[in-house]
Amino acid sequence: MLGFALRRLALALAVGLAVSAIAFLLLRVSGDLAATLAGEEATAAEIERIRGLYGLDRPVIVQYGEWLLRSLRGDLGRSLFYPESVAKLILDRLPNTATLATLGLAVALLLSIPLGVVAALFRNTWIDRLALAMAVLGQAMPSFWFALLLIFFFGITLGWLPVSGTDGLANFVLPALALGWFSTPVLMRLTRAGMVEVLAADYIRTAHAKGLPVRTVLVKHALRNAVAPVVALASVQFGNMLSGSVVIETVFALQGIGYLAWESISRRDFPVVQGILLVVALFYVVLTLVADLLNAWLDPRIRSS
Amino acid sequence: MSGAQAVRRARWRGNVGLIIAALVLGIIVLMAVAAPLIAPYDPYEQILDDRMLPPAFVDAERASPTHLLGTDNLGRDYLSRLIYGARISLLIGFFTMLVSGVIGTVLGVAAGFFGGRTDMVVSFLVTTRLSLPVVMVALAVVAVLGGSLQVVVLVLGLLLWDRFAVVMRSATMQVRGRDYVTAARAIGCSVPRILWSEVLPNVVSGLVVIASYEMAQAILLEAALSFLGLGVQPPLPSWGLMVSEAKEFMLFEPWMIMLPGAAICVLVLAINLLGDGIRDLTAPEGRR
Repeated sequence: MLGFALRRLALALAVGLAVSAIAFLLLRVSGDLAATLAGEEATAAEIERIRGLYGLDRPVIVQYGEWLLRSLRGDLGRSLFYPESVAKLILDRLPNTATLATLGLAVALLLSIPLGVVAALFRNTWIDRLALAMAVLGQAMPSFWFALLLIFFFGITLGWLPVSGTDGLANFVLPALALGWFSTPVLMRLTRAGMVEVLAADYIRTAHAKGLPVRTVLVKHALRNAVAPVVALASVQFGNMLSGSVVIETVFALQGIGYLAWESISRRDFPVVQGILLVVALFYVVLTLVADLLNAWLDPRIRSS
Repeated sequence: MSGAQAVRRARWRGNVGLIIAALVLGIIVLMAVAAPLIAPYDPYEQILDDRMLPPAFVDAERASPTHLLGTDNLGRDYLSRLIYGARISLLIGFFTMLVSGVIGTVLGVAAGFFGGRTDMVVSFLVTTRLSLPVVMVALAVVAVLGGSLQVVVLVLGLLLWDRFAVVMRSATMQVRGRDYVTAARAIGCSVPRILWSEVLPNVVSGLVVIASYEMAQAILLEAALSFLGLGVQPPLPSWGLMVSEAKEFMLFEPWMIMLPGAAICVLVLAINLLGDGIRDLTAPEGRR
């Protein structure tokens, strides 16, 4: 276990360094930083002075090291647009993204697990095919379009829900539906496949033979075993949702980090983009590291591979 | 008729989805190729007197007899733009799939065949790629480099190879120890030759399914990038861009977002069903 953990940790460190280098380079290739900082009317001499002042004339690798150390201490630099620091901008919007991701995951699980179980129980009947057709259709819809359809139907035609902004919990309903919808097909297929496999297992036959009620067999014996891979995938999906859904947050103008990323990219506020990219990528690295270690601890077979 | 033939025939018969998908995809490709012949109008021509005319099935009174699917807010014929839009989706989908397919297959086969240090490097690359949020990185790169078709293809191609690599790696690992590979080694074949003529032909069947899936992903992503304003640029008739342009008129002219969105949906659905159908057809055990 220790060997596996160390190897996995080394991988996570290497990946963390790589993504931080990518985030660092993104800001560098976005334009001449010194010229941006100096402003539009600056003379060439002023730009050079700023270049020296901020140490932008030193080797890139030195600048990267310094930037990385500063970032790890929580100083992600300043926005070119907002007066606040990048770290504060991200922290301010993180709760909204977290709320959206939690609700989105809830929607996805509430849709996918029952559908997957029912599809497995009525395997190869019209119910199974209907569930499958829904999954296939769900995967084919562009997310922004589905979000607009939700806005049109529930927001405009029926007038039930707000379609834009971040004023209250009601604002999260449609975005969460849209976000959860796109995780549903893959989770549903996995639930169905798991249930189909488990239902054919001997211990299910034994449980039935013992005369246990069908519900007990299905929930306690079958679902509990079938759902393990679903939980693993759901945690990855949750990680992706927490990274901020740029598309969904932008369509609903929900003040999360995804919307902040889109706004910042659109007005070329690259220090903010860099900060979000770094935070989101490192978060993913840590999340997958924890998930892998947890899985290896639970299942010794994984450690040896 | 042998038993195997009977099974094959039964599978074809049960695979209506595959046939419909292939037909739909064929029609869309034909439309895209023959766009100048089919499209009733120039997709860029603005007829300012005919702005936002609805299709006949939406509002028969306001509809124009010549603009079958109406016109947009600049008076451009919607049907013609939709037909030309198929070109953008198909081009970006196909070339992105090609770029990502080559990168992913090379990395995956190398990792699976050589193992050891090569495998470690590839798994590092895959993990790094997975840690990067696709939409955010693609938007940022397009913002820096500009939104041309080439840039979009390149960015998406460099971001979507991970699944190819993972699947090709495990497929190659299964093939690596087979007798025919050992035999090729024993008679002194060079490594590139073994990879090319022994390994690749035996892992390639899995490629088709991922290729269809990744092409669909690329089309959806291009639409999303263009919708967000950082993909294909106006006045090109990208379907995602058309939804974005129609968004502000959604309240009174909802058909304007419905049509291009439905077009994306149909194309992606056809590609996905084709991939699923081919998988069912080639999988030895069929669909479970």
